Amino acid sequence: MTNILTLERVETFISQYHILQGIDFEAKAGEVSVLLGRNGAGKTTTLRTIMGLTPASKGTIHFDGKDITKMAPYDIANSGIGYVPEDQGIFGQLTVEENMKVAIRKETDATMQKQTYILELFPDLKKFWKKQGGNLSGGQKQMLAMARAFVNDSKLLLIDEPSKGLAPIVIEKVMEAITEMKKHTSIVLVEQNFMMASKIGDTFTLIDDGRTVQSGEMQNLIEDEQLKRKYLGIG
Amino acid sequence: MELLISLTINGLATGMLIFLLAAGLTLIFGLMDVLNFAHGGLFVWGAYTGVFTYAWSNSFLVGIIVAILTGLVLGFITEKLIIKPVYGNHVQQILITLGFMLVLQEMIKVVFGPNGVPVKVPSYLAGSWQIGDLTIIKYRIFIIVVGFALFGVLYFILNRTKIGLVVRAGVMNREMTQALGINIKRVFLIVFMCGAALAALGGMLMAPYSGVVYAEMGMEYAILGFIVVVIGGMGSFQGSLLAAILVGLAGSFMAYYVPFLSVAVNMILMASVLIFRPQGLFTVAKG
Ligand SMILES: Nc1ncnc2c1ncn2[C@@H]1O[C@H](COP(=O)(O)OP(=O)(O)O)[C@@H](O)[C@H]1O
Ligand SMILES: [Mg+2]
Repeated sequence: MTNILTLERVETFISQYHILQGIDFEAKAGEVSVLLGRNGAGKTTTLRTIMGLTPASKGTIHFDGKDITKMAPYDIANSGIGYVPEDQGIFGQLTVEENMKVAIRKETDATMQKQTYILELFPDLKKFWKKQGGNLSGGQKQMLAMARAFVNDSKLLLIDEPSKGLAPIVIEKVMEAITEMKKHTSIVLVEQNFMMASKIGDTFTLIDDGRTVQSGEMQNLIEDEQLKRKYLGIG
Repeated sequence: MELLISLTINGLATGMLIFLLAAGLTLIFGLMDVLNFAHGGLFVWGAYTGVFTYAWSNSFLVGIIVAILTGLVLGFITEKLIIKPVYGNHVQQILITLGFMLVLQEMIKVVFGPNGVPVKVPSYLAGSWQIGDLTIIKYRIFIIVVGFALFGVLYFILNRTKIGLVVRAGVMNREMTQALGINIKRVFLIVFMCGAALAALGGMLMAPYSGVVYAEMGMEYAILGFIVVVIGGMGSFQGSLLAAILVGLAGSFMAYYVPFLSVAVNMILMASVLIFRPQGLFTVAKG
Protein backbone atom coordinates (compact mmCIF):
# COMPACT_ATOMS: atom_id res chain seq x y z
CA MET A 1 0.00 0.00 0.00
CA THR A 2 1.14 3.54 -0.66
CA ASN A 3 2.11 6.01 2.01
CA ILE A 4 -0.22 8.92 2.52
CA LEU A 5 2.24 10.54 4.93
CA THR A 6 5.99 10.11 5.34
CA LEU A 7 8.26 11.82 7.83
CA GLU A 8 12.00 11.37 7.35
CA ARG A 9 14.51 12.36 10.06
CA VAL A 10 12.32 15.25 11.15
CA GLU A 11 13.76 17.63 13.74
CA THR A 12 11.93 20.49 15.42
CA PHE A 13 12.96 23.25 17.78
CA ILE A 14 10.54 25.11 20.04
CA SER A 15 12.37 28.36 20.79
CA GLN A 16 15.83 27.07 21.78
CA TYR A 17 14.69 23.57 22.81
CA HIS A 18 15.51 20.68 20.50
CA ILE A 19 12.21 18.81 20.94
CA LEU A 20 12.11 16.45 17.97
CA GLN A 21 15.53 14.97 17.27
CA GLY A 22 14.80 12.44 14.57
CA ILE A 23 11.28 11.32 13.82
CA ASP A 24 10.67 8.73 11.11
CA PHE A 25 7.06 7.93 10.56
CA GLU A 26 4.89 6.43 7.86
CA ALA A 27 1.12 6.33 7.56
CA LYS A 28 -0.42 4.09 4.95
CA ALA A 29 -3.49 5.10 3.01
CA GLY A 30 -6.71 3.75 4.48
CA GLU A 31 -5.19 2.74 7.77
CA VAL A 32 -5.15 4.00 11.33
CA SER A 33 -1.52 4.65 12.26
CA VAL A 34 -0.95 5.10 15.96
CA LEU A 35 1.77 7.25 17.49
CA LEU A 36 2.72 6.01 20.94
CA GLY A 37 5.12 7.13 23.60
CA ARG A 38 5.16 8.29 27.18
CA ASN A 39 4.19 11.79 28.33
CA GLY A 40 6.52 14.38 26.89
CA ALA A 41 7.90 12.01 24.24
CA GLY A 42 7.02 14.45 21.45
CA LYS A 43 3.75 13.07 20.03
CA THR A 44 1.88 16.36 20.09
CA THR A 45 4.89 18.19 18.69
CA THR A 46 5.07 15.66 15.86
CA LEU A 47 1.47 16.39 14.87
CA ARG A 48 2.04 20.13 15.19
CA THR A 49 5.12 19.83 13.01
CA ILE A 50 3.14 17.96 10.36
CA MET A 51 0.59 20.82 10.43
CA GLY A 52 3.35 23.41 10.11
CA LEU A 53 2.46 24.98 13.47
CA THR A 54 5.94 24.24 14.82
CA PRO A 55 7.79 23.84 11.51
CA ALA A 56 10.53 21.26 11.09
CA SER A 57 14.06 22.63 11.01
CA LYS A 58 15.47 19.48 9.42
CA GLY A 59 14.15 16.46 7.57
CA THR A 60 11.22 16.17 5.18
CA ILE A 61 7.49 15.63 5.40
CA HIS A 62 5.65 14.27 2.38
CA PHE A 63 1.89 14.15 2.17
CA ASP A 64 0.05 12.56 -0.71
CA GLY A 65 3.19 12.70 -2.86
CA LYS A 66 3.87 16.36 -2.10
CA ASP A 67 6.60 17.93 0.01
CA ILE A 68 4.78 19.93 2.69
CA THR A 69 7.76 20.50 5.00
CA LYS A 70 7.95 24.24 4.41
CA MET A 71 4.30 24.97 3.72
CA ALA A 72 2.15 27.32 5.84
CA PRO A 73 -0.40 25.66 8.18
CA TYR A 74 -3.39 26.84 6.17
CA ASP A 75 -1.87 25.48 2.96
CA ILE A 76 -1.23 22.15 4.63
CA ALA A 77 -4.82 22.04 5.91
CA ASN A 78 -6.15 22.93 2.48
CA SER A 79 -4.08 20.24 0.82
CA GLY A 80 -6.24 17.75 2.72
CA ILE A 81 -5.18 17.27 6.34
CA GLY A 82 -7.70 17.70 9.14
CA TYR A 83 -6.30 18.37 12.60
CA VAL A 84 -7.89 17.58 15.96
CA PRO A 85 -5.58 19.09 18.58
CA GLU A 86 -5.05 17.73 22.06
CA ASP A 87 -7.07 20.60 23.61
CA GLN A 88 -9.66 20.31 20.80
CA GLY A 89 -9.31 23.99 19.86
CA ILE A 90 -13.05 24.69 20.00
CA PHE A 91 -14.04 28.33 19.47
CA GLY A 92 -15.73 28.70 22.84
CA GLN A 93 -17.88 31.74 22.07
CA LEU A 94 -19.05 30.42 18.71
CA THR A 95 -21.96 28.03 18.44
CA VAL A 96 -21.57 24.47 17.21
CA GLU A 97 -23.00 25.63 13.90
CA GLU A 98 -20.52 28.49 13.64
CA ASN A 99 -17.64 26.22 14.56
CA MET A 100 -18.60 24.03 11.62
CA LYS A 101 -18.99 27.06 9.35
CA VAL A 102 -15.47 28.26 10.06
CA ALA A 103 -14.20 24.81 9.15
CA ILE A 104 -16.18 24.34 5.95
CA ARG A 105 -14.06 25.58 3.08
CA LYS A 106 -16.72 25.72 0.39
CA GLU A 107 -20.41 25.21 0.95
CA THR A 108 -20.80 22.80 -1.95
CA ASP A 109 -23.52 20.17 -2.11
CA ALA A 110 -20.95 17.52 -1.36
CA THR A 111 -19.75 19.28 1.78
CA MET A 112 -23.26 19.89 3.04
CA GLN A 113 -24.07 16.22 2.47
CA LYS A 114 -20.96 15.31 4.38
CA GLN A 115 -22.11 17.57 7.20
CA THR A 116 -25.48 15.85 7.31
CA TYR A 117 -23.72 12.49 7.43
CA ILE A 118 -21.46 13.74 10.25
CA LEU A 119 -24.44 14.95 12.25
CA GLU A 120 -25.90 11.47 12.04
CA LEU A 121 -22.61 10.15 13.30
CA PHE A 122 -22.58 12.70 16.16
CA PRO A 123 -26.24 13.27 17.08
CA ASP A 124 -25.24 15.40 20.08
CA LEU A 125 -23.89 18.06 17.77
CA LYS A 126 -27.22 18.27 16.02
CA LYS A 127 -28.98 18.48 19.33
CA PHE A 128 -26.78 21.32 20.53
CA TRP A 129 -26.45 23.01 17.14
CA LYS A 130 -27.07 26.50 18.56
CA LYS A 131 -25.16 26.00 21.79
CA GLN A 132 -21.86 27.76 22.39
CA GLY A 133 -18.85 25.50 21.94
CA GLY A 134 -17.50 26.48 25.35
CA ASN A 135 -20.59 25.05 27.04
CA LEU A 136 -20.31 21.55 25.57
CA SER A 137 -19.16 18.58 27.63
CA GLY A 138 -15.68 17.19 27.10
CA GLY A 139 -16.97 14.38 24.91
CA GLN A 140 -19.09 16.72 22.82
CA LYS A 141 -16.12 19.04 22.30
CA GLN A 142 -14.15 16.06 21.08
CA MET A 143 -16.93 15.16 18.66
CA LEU A 144 -17.11 18.74 17.41
CA ALA A 145 -13.36 18.89 16.91
CA MET A 146 -13.46 15.65 14.90
CA ALA A 147 -16.47 16.83 12.90
CA ARG A 148 -14.67 20.04 11.97
CA ALA A 149 -11.59 18.20 10.81
CA PHE A 150 -13.60 15.63 8.91
CA VAL A 151 -16.19 17.81 7.15
CA ASN A 152 -13.99 18.87 4.26
CA ASP A 153 -12.62 16.35 1.87
CA SER A 154 -9.74 15.45 4.15
CA LYS A 155 -7.49 12.64 2.99
CA LEU A 156 -5.88 12.40 6.38
CA LEU A 157 -6.94 13.17 9.94
CA LEU A 158 -4.48 13.86 12.74
CA ILE A 159 -6.15 13.16 16.07
CA ASP A 160 -4.32 13.92 19.32
CA GLU A 161 -5.36 11.87 22.36
CA PRO A 162 -9.11 11.86 21.81
CA SER A 163 -9.78 9.74 24.91
CA LYS A 164 -8.02 12.12 27.27
CA GLY A 165 -10.20 13.04 30.24
CA LEU A 166 -13.26 11.19 28.98
CA ALA A 167 -15.43 8.64 30.77
CA PRO A 168 -15.14 5.04 29.49
CA ILE A 169 -18.58 5.12 27.94
CA VAL A 170 -17.71 8.28 26.01
CA ILE A 171 -14.42 6.73 24.92
CA GLU A 172 -16.48 3.91 23.38
CA LYS A 173 -18.37 6.47 21.32
CA VAL A 174 -15.19 8.18 20.21
CA MET A 175 -13.79 4.83 19.13
CA GLU A 176 -16.90 4.04 17.14
CA ALA A 177 -16.67 7.42 15.44
CA ILE A 178 -13.03 6.89 14.50
CA THR A 179 -13.83 3.44 13.15
CA GLU A 180 -16.57 4.99 11.03
CA MET A 181 -14.37 7.84 9.78
CA LYS A 182 -11.70 5.33 8.84
CA LYS A 183 -13.97 4.14 6.03
CA HIS A 184 -13.47 7.52 4.33
CA THR A 185 -10.03 8.73 5.29
CA SER A 186 -6.64 7.76 6.61
CA ILE A 187 -5.96 8.51 10.25
CA VAL A 188 -2.95 9.27 12.40
CA LEU A 189 -3.89 8.74 16.01
CA VAL A 190 -1.96 9.72 19.11
CA GLU A 191 -3.29 7.67 21.98
CA GLN A 192 -2.10 6.86 25.50
CA ASN A 193 -5.02 4.54 26.16
CA PHE A 194 -3.44 1.31 24.96
CA MET A 195 -6.69 -0.62 24.96
CA MET A 196 -8.11 1.87 22.51
CA ALA A 197 -4.93 2.20 20.46
CA SER A 198 -4.53 -1.52 20.07
CA LYS A 199 -8.16 -2.03 19.12
CA ILE A 200 -8.38 0.49 16.32
CA GLY A 201 -4.76 0.85 15.25
CA ASP A 202 -3.36 -1.00 12.22
CA THR A 203 0.25 0.03 12.72
CA PHE A 204 2.21 1.68 15.50
CA THR A 205 5.18 3.99 15.77
CA LEU A 206 6.81 4.30 19.13
CA ILE A 207 8.65 7.50 19.97
CA ASP A 208 10.71 8.42 22.98
CA ASP A 209 12.62 11.62 23.79
CA GLY A 210 11.81 13.05 20.38
CA ARG A 211 13.11 10.07 18.41
CA THR A 212 11.43 7.17 16.69
CA VAL A 213 12.25 3.97 18.56
CA GLN A 214 10.35 1.36 16.62
CA SER A 215 7.45 0.87 14.27
CA GLY A 216 5.51 -2.01 12.82
CA GLU A 217 2.17 -3.83 12.77
CA MET A 218 0.02 -3.23 15.83
CA GLN A 219 -0.19 -6.98 16.42
CA ASN A 220 3.57 -7.14 16.92
CA LEU A 221 3.43 -4.52 19.64
CA ILE A 222 0.51 -6.20 21.37
CA GLU A 223 2.65 -9.33 21.68
CA ASP A 224 5.87 -7.57 22.65
CA GLU A 225 5.61 -7.34 26.43
CA GLN A 226 9.16 -6.07 26.83
CA LEU A 227 8.71 -3.14 24.43
CA LYS A 228 5.44 -2.19 26.04
CA ARG A 229 6.93 -2.25 29.51
CA LYS A 230 10.01 -0.27 28.51
CA TYR A 231 8.35 2.57 26.63
CA LEU A 232 4.75 2.60 27.71
CA GLY A 233 5.05 1.37 31.26
CA ILE A 234 2.43 -1.33 30.70
CA GLY A 235 2.24 -5.07 30.28
CA MET B 1 -32.64 69.49 31.17
CA GLU B 2 -31.46 71.36 28.07
CA LEU B 3 -28.00 71.30 29.52
CA LEU B 4 -28.09 67.56 30.12
CA ILE B 5 -29.20 66.89 26.56
CA SER B 6 -26.55 69.18 25.18
CA LEU B 7 -23.80 67.55 27.21
CA THR B 8 -25.05 64.12 26.23
CA ILE B 9 -24.99 65.00 22.54
CA ASN B 10 -21.46 66.40 22.86
CA GLY B 11 -20.35 63.30 24.70
CA LEU B 12 -21.93 60.94 22.21
CA ALA B 13 -20.39 62.74 19.23
CA THR B 14 -16.91 62.65 20.74
CA GLY B 15 -17.49 59.05 21.75
CA MET B 16 -18.35 58.07 18.19
CA LEU B 17 -15.16 59.61 16.84
CA ILE B 18 -13.12 57.74 19.42
CA PHE B 19 -15.03 54.57 18.56
CA LEU B 20 -13.94 54.86 14.92
CA LEU B 21 -10.34 54.80 16.13
CA ALA B 22 -10.82 52.13 18.76
CA ALA B 23 -12.73 49.67 16.55
CA GLY B 24 -9.69 49.07 14.38
CA LEU B 25 -7.29 49.00 17.30
CA THR B 26 -9.24 46.43 19.26
CA LEU B 27 -9.67 44.02 16.33
CA ILE B 28 -6.03 44.38 15.33
CA PHE B 29 -5.02 43.57 18.88
CA GLY B 30 -7.54 40.77 19.32
CA LEU B 31 -6.73 39.06 16.05
CA MET B 32 -2.96 39.26 15.88
CA ASP B 33 -1.92 40.50 19.30
CA VAL B 34 -0.51 43.61 17.65
CA LEU B 35 -0.19 46.91 19.49
CA ASN B 36 -0.38 49.61 16.86
CA PHE B 37 0.55 53.05 18.12
CA ALA B 38 0.68 54.36 14.55
CA HIS B 39 -3.10 54.28 14.41
CA GLY B 40 -3.30 57.97 15.28
CA GLY B 41 -1.10 58.73 12.29
CA LEU B 42 -3.68 57.17 10.02
CA PHE B 43 -6.33 59.30 11.74
CA VAL B 44 -4.45 62.53 11.04
CA TRP B 45 -3.58 61.54 7.47
CA GLY B 46 -7.22 60.83 6.81
CA ALA B 47 -8.09 64.24 8.22
CA TYR B 48 -5.54 66.15 6.14
CA THR B 49 -6.01 64.40 2.80
CA GLY B 50 -9.76 64.63 3.29
CA VAL B 51 -9.73 68.28 4.30
CA PHE B 52 -7.49 69.32 1.40
CA THR B 53 -9.52 67.50 -1.24
CA TYR B 54 -12.68 68.85 0.40
CA ALA B 55 -11.34 72.39 0.05
CA TRP B 56 -10.14 71.74 -3.49
CA SER B 57 -13.29 70.02 -4.76
CA ASN B 58 -15.71 71.91 -2.56
CA SER B 59 -17.36 68.58 -1.86
CA PHE B 60 -17.35 67.13 1.66
CA LEU B 61 -18.25 63.75 0.24
CA VAL B 62 -15.18 63.72 -2.01
CA GLY B 63 -13.11 64.56 1.06
CA ILE B 64 -14.59 61.61 2.94
CA ILE B 65 -13.94 59.21 0.09
CA VAL B 66 -10.34 60.38 -0.26
CA ALA B 67 -9.84 60.02 3.50
CA ILE B 68 -11.10 56.43 3.38
CA LEU B 69 -8.87 55.62 0.40
CA THR B 70 -5.90 57.17 2.16
CA GLY B 71 -6.64 54.96 5.17
CA LEU B 72 -6.80 51.81 3.03
CA VAL B 73 -3.55 52.57 1.20
CA LEU B 74 -1.65 53.68 4.30
CA GLY B 75 -3.05 50.68 6.16
CA PHE B 76 -1.71 48.36 3.48
CA ILE B 77 1.73 49.97 3.55
CA THR B 78 1.87 50.05 7.35
CA GLU B 79 0.96 46.39 7.72
CA LYS B 80 3.44 45.22 5.07
CA LEU B 81 6.37 47.43 6.05
CA ILE B 82 5.98 48.18 9.73
CA ILE B 83 3.85 45.51 11.40
CA LYS B 84 4.78 42.35 9.54
CA PRO B 85 8.41 42.20 10.68
CA VAL B 86 7.45 42.52 14.36
CA TYR B 87 4.66 39.96 14.81
CA GLY B 88 4.78 38.39 18.24
CA ASN B 89 7.03 40.99 19.85
CA HIS B 90 5.19 43.66 21.81
CA VAL B 91 8.23 45.74 22.71
CA GLN B 92 9.33 45.99 19.10
CA GLN B 93 5.75 46.74 18.06
CA ILE B 94 5.48 49.65 20.48
CA LEU B 95 8.84 51.08 19.47
CA ILE B 96 8.42 50.80 15.72
CA THR B 97 4.78 51.91 15.58
CA LEU B 98 5.45 54.86 17.90
CA GLY B 99 8.36 55.79 15.67
CA PHE B 100 6.22 55.45 12.58
CA MET B 101 3.53 57.54 14.26
CA LEU B 102 6.04 60.36 14.64
CA VAL B 103 7.16 59.96 11.04
CA LEU B 104 3.56 60.18 9.86
CA GLN B 105 3.01 63.22 12.03
CA GLU B 106 6.11 65.04 10.78
CA MET B 107 5.33 64.08 7.20
CA ILE B 108 2.06 65.96 7.61
CA LYS B 109 4.02 69.12 8.37
CA VAL B 110 6.29 68.54 5.38
CA VAL B 111 3.49 67.87 2.93
CA PHE B 112 0.74 70.16 4.21
CA GLY B 113 2.68 72.77 6.16
CA PRO B 114 3.37 73.10 9.88
CA ASN B 115 0.35 75.17 10.87
CA GLY B 116 -3.15 74.05 11.70
CA VAL B 117 -5.70 74.28 8.92
CA PRO B 118 -9.19 75.62 9.58
CA VAL B 119 -12.09 73.50 8.37
CA LYS B 120 -15.72 74.49 7.83
CA VAL B 121 -18.76 72.33 8.27
CA PRO B 122 -20.35 71.80 4.83
CA SER B 123 -23.32 74.12 4.37
CA TYR B 124 -25.93 71.34 4.39
CA LEU B 125 -24.68 70.11 7.78
CA ALA B 126 -24.00 73.53 9.27
CA GLY B 127 -26.12 75.39 11.80
CA SER B 128 -28.33 74.12 14.51
CA TRP B 129 -31.88 73.32 15.49
CA GLN B 130 -33.52 75.39 18.16
CA ILE B 131 -36.04 73.60 20.39
CA GLY B 132 -37.11 75.94 23.15
CA ASP B 133 -33.93 76.78 25.04
CA LEU B 134 -32.12 73.82 23.59
CA THR B 135 -29.63 74.33 20.76
CA ILE B 136 -28.75 71.17 18.86
CA ILE B 137 -25.77 71.47 16.56
CA LYS B 138 -26.57 69.57 13.38
CA TYR B 139 -23.06 68.35 12.68
CA ARG B 140 -22.89 66.61 16.05
CA ILE B 141 -26.07 64.72 15.30
CA PHE B 142 -24.57 63.84 11.92
CA ILE B 143 -21.51 62.34 13.61
CA ILE B 144 -23.66 60.36 16.04
CA VAL B 145 -25.82 59.00 13.24
CA VAL B 146 -22.81 58.08 11.10
CA GLY B 147 -21.15 56.47 14.12
CA PHE B 148 -24.12 54.27 14.97
CA ALA B 149 -24.66 53.42 11.31
CA LEU B 150 -21.04 52.32 10.95
CA PHE B 151 -21.33 50.30 14.14
CA GLY B 152 -24.40 48.63 12.64
CA VAL B 153 -22.62 47.82 9.40
CA LEU B 154 -19.57 46.47 11.17
CA TYR B 155 -21.72 44.51 13.60
CA PHE B 156 -23.52 42.95 10.67
CA ILE B 157 -20.26 42.05 8.92
CA LEU B 158 -18.78 40.56 12.09
CA ASN B 159 -21.86 38.59 13.07
CA ARG B 160 -23.58 37.67 9.83
CA THR B 161 -20.89 37.06 7.22
CA LYS B 162 -18.27 34.37 6.74
CA ILE B 163 -15.37 36.80 6.87
CA GLY B 164 -16.77 38.23 10.11
CA LEU B 165 -17.08 34.73 11.53
CA VAL B 166 -13.49 34.01 10.57
CA VAL B 167 -12.34 37.23 12.26
CA ARG B 168 -14.19 36.32 15.45
CA ALA B 169 -12.78 32.82 15.38
CA GLY B 170 -9.31 34.25 14.77
CA VAL B 171 -9.61 36.52 17.80
CA MET B 172 -10.50 33.47 19.93
CA ASN B 173 -7.90 31.05 18.58
CA ARG B 174 -5.63 32.18 15.79
CA GLU B 175 -3.73 28.91 15.53
CA MET B 176 -6.81 26.74 15.20
CA THR B 177 -8.23 29.04 12.56
CA GLN B 178 -5.11 28.46 10.50
CA ALA B 179 -5.20 24.74 11.10
CA LEU B 180 -8.69 24.78 9.61
CA GLY B 181 -7.29 26.15 6.37
CA ILE B 182 -7.65 29.90 6.77
CA ASN B 183 -4.89 32.26 5.73
CA ILE B 184 -5.08 34.34 8.88
CA LYS B 185 -2.39 36.77 7.74
CA ARG B 186 -4.46 37.76 4.77
CA VAL B 187 -7.55 38.14 6.95
CA PHE B 188 -5.47 40.29 9.25
CA LEU B 189 -4.27 42.50 6.38
CA ILE B 190 -7.90 43.10 5.41
CA VAL B 191 -8.87 43.89 9.01
CA PHE B 192 -5.87 46.16 9.36
CA MET B 193 -6.74 48.07 6.21
CA CYS B 194 -10.38 48.44 7.28
CA GLY B 195 -9.27 49.58 10.75
CA ALA B 196 -6.99 52.15 9.13
CA ALA B 197 -9.81 53.34 6.88
CA LEU B 198 -12.10 53.77 9.90
CA ALA B 199 -9.43 55.78 11.70
CA ALA B 200 -8.89 57.95 8.63
CA LEU B 201 -12.62 58.47 8.31
CA GLY B 202 -12.73 59.37 12.00
CA GLY B 203 -10.07 62.00 11.40
CA MET B 204 -11.98 63.48 8.51
CA LEU B 205 -15.26 63.61 10.46
CA MET B 206 -13.39 65.11 13.38
CA ALA B 207 -12.06 68.00 11.28
CA PRO B 208 -15.23 70.15 10.88
CA TYR B 209 -16.26 69.20 14.43
CA SER B 210 -13.20 70.77 16.00
CA GLY B 211 -12.93 73.35 13.23
CA VAL B 212 -9.22 72.82 12.70
CA VAL B 213 -6.80 70.04 11.84
CA TYR B 214 -3.24 69.92 13.16
CA ALA B 215 -0.49 67.35 13.02
CA GLU B 216 -0.59 66.42 16.71
CA MET B 217 -4.31 65.61 16.76
CA GLY B 218 -3.52 62.00 15.82
CA MET B 219 -1.51 61.34 18.94
CA GLU B 220 -4.13 62.92 21.20
CA TYR B 221 -6.94 60.82 19.82
CA ALA B 222 -4.89 57.65 19.60
CA ILE B 223 -4.33 57.81 23.33
CA LEU B 224 -8.08 58.08 23.89
CA GLY B 225 -8.49 55.16 21.48
CA PHE B 226 -6.13 53.00 23.52
CA ILE B 227 -7.87 53.92 26.77
CA VAL B 228 -11.14 52.85 25.18
CA VAL B 229 -9.69 49.55 24.01
CA VAL B 230 -8.47 48.78 27.52
CA ILE B 231 -11.78 49.75 29.13
CA GLY B 232 -13.90 47.92 26.57
CA GLY B 233 -11.84 44.74 26.70
CA MET B 234 -8.97 44.11 24.30
CA GLY B 235 -10.39 42.45 21.20
CA SER B 236 -14.04 43.22 21.93
CA PHE B 237 -15.79 45.22 19.25
CA GLN B 238 -18.99 45.88 21.21
CA GLY B 239 -16.90 46.74 24.24
CA SER B 240 -15.10 49.43 22.28
CA LEU B 241 -18.39 51.12 21.36
CA LEU B 242 -19.61 51.09 24.94
CA ALA B 243 -16.30 52.31 26.31
CA ALA B 244 -16.00 55.02 23.65
CA ILE B 245 -19.42 56.37 24.57
CA LEU B 246 -18.49 56.18 28.24
CA VAL B 247 -15.26 58.10 27.68
CA GLY B 248 -17.04 60.63 25.47
CA LEU B 249 -19.78 61.26 28.01
CA ALA B 250 -17.42 61.36 30.96
CA GLY B 251 -15.29 63.92 29.15
CA SER B 252 -18.24 66.10 28.26
CA PHE B 253 -19.91 66.05 31.69
CA MET B 254 -16.67 66.44 33.61
CA ALA B 255 -15.63 69.39 31.48
CA TYR B 256 -18.79 71.14 32.58
CA TYR B 257 -19.22 70.09 36.19
CA VAL B 258 -15.71 69.32 37.40
CA PRO B 259 -13.45 71.02 34.88
CA PHE B 260 -10.23 70.42 36.81
CA LEU B 261 -10.85 66.67 36.51
CA SER B 262 -11.76 66.62 32.85
CA VAL B 263 -8.23 65.78 31.74
CA ALA B 264 -7.80 63.08 34.34
CA VAL B 265 -11.21 61.46 34.02
CA ASN B 266 -10.19 59.00 31.29
CA MET B 267 -7.19 57.89 33.25
CA ILE B 268 -9.40 57.45 36.30
CA LEU B 269 -11.88 55.42 34.28
CA MET B 270 -9.15 53.23 32.88
CA ALA B 271 -7.49 52.76 36.25
CA SER B 272 -10.77 51.75 37.89
CA VAL B 273 -11.48 49.25 35.15
CA LEU B 274 -7.98 47.83 35.47
CA ILE B 275 -8.43 47.48 39.21
CA PHE B 276 -11.95 46.06 39.33
CA ARG B 277 -12.28 44.33 35.99
CA PRO B 278 -8.83 43.99 34.46
CA GLN B 279 -10.12 42.05 31.46
CA GLY B 280 -12.26 45.04 30.43
CA LEU B 281 -16.04 45.44 30.30
CA PHE B 282 -16.40 42.78 27.62
CA THR B 283 -14.17 39.78 27.37
CA VAL B 284 -13.14 37.62 24.49
CA ALA B 285 -12.27 34.16 25.75
CA LYS B 286 -9.09 32.98 24.14
CA GLY B 287 -9.43 29.36 23.07
N1 LIG C 1 6.10 25.47 24.02
C1 LIG C 1 7.04 24.65 24.54
N2 LIG C 1 8.17 25.15 25.07
C2 LIG C 1 9.11 24.36 25.59
N3 LIG C 1 9.02 23.02 25.61
C3 LIG C 1 7.93 22.45 25.09
C4 LIG C 1 6.87 23.23 24.53
N4 LIG C 1 5.92 22.40 24.07
C5 LIG C 1 6.35 21.16 24.38
N5 LIG C 1 7.54 21.18 24.98
C6 LIG C 1 8.33 20.02 25.44
O1 LIG C 1 8.47 19.15 24.37
C7 LIG C 1 8.41 17.81 24.79
C8 LIG C 1 7.39 17.07 23.95
O2 LIG C 1 6.09 17.58 24.25
P1 LIG C 1 4.81 16.99 23.56
O3 LIG C 1 5.05 16.94 22.11
O4 LIG C 1 3.67 17.79 24.03
O5 LIG C 1 4.77 15.53 24.18
P2 LIG C 1 3.61 14.45 24.19
O6 LIG C 1 2.49 14.94 23.35
O7 LIG C 1 4.25 13.22 23.66
O8 LIG C 1 3.21 14.30 25.61
C9 LIG C 1 8.08 17.85 26.26
O9 LIG C 1 9.28 17.64 26.99
C10 LIG C 1 7.60 19.23 26.50
O10 LIG C 1 7.92 19.67 27.79
MG1 LIG D 1 0.57 15.40 23.83
